[in-house]
Amino acid sequence: MKVRVRLFAAVRQAAGREAIDLDLPDKATVADLRDRLAVLIPSAAGLVRHATFAIDAQYVPLDAPLQPDADVACIPPVSGG
Amino acid sequence: MIELTQDAIDVSAVWRAAASPRAGAVVLFLGTVREETGGRRTQSLTYEGYAEMANRALAELEAEAMRRWSLCRCAIVHRLGELAVGEISVAVAASAAHRQAAFEASRWLIDRIKQVVPIWKQEHWEDGATEWVHPGVDARVPPEDS
Repeated sequence: MKVRVRLFAAVRQAAGREAIDLDLPDKATVADLRDRLAVLIPSAAGLVRHATFAIDAQYVPLDAPLQPDADVACIPPVSGG
Repeated sequence: MIELTQDAIDVSAVWRAAASPRAGAVVLFLGTVREETGGRRTQSLTYEGYAEMANRALAELEAEAMRRWSLCRCAIVHRLGELAVGEISVAVAASAAHRQAAFEASRWLIDRIKQVVPIWKQEHWEDGATEWVHPGVDARVPPEDS
């Protein structure tokens, strides 16, 4: 299945783009997506492994299942305020 | 009131958004851009956010603070874009019948904002280097054109 992942801050900078399309196996979880992302953006792999993830703008656990065309966001440790 | 803005934060408007005839106290917290961090001089900060999610997360924090401290009103405004030293990056206002609830709620809100709201800052150091701030992780990455 295809999912689009929004990228932010240092992960976005390392990838050189604001979103990345991934083709993942059916029944893939957020953890599988994270592992793929770390491989595709090697210069930000450590950061990706420290990131949390959101689907439809809500935080989800790493074992959450993915749906085709899911709107996923990679949220590296935040620093607002 | 929840707002993300590219414009300078109007402190008076934030106070007005939290003012209430039922309140005996309004606590207004302002986060500002500091000129030095870890011995390095800051030229400016750039704030980036996942706006849709940040708005939702801020609204959830506001609702929880309203409930936990029986606030009269609450207002949170976060700035995005490039900010110079001294500018206001975030404003949190909480009003309550008595000051203790207003102090506690505003303190809790700014602490939670820093933990969960998807907003990031990038340091622009005075020596020309830039660096995204990702607490707990060494986020230095090669330049985009490498």
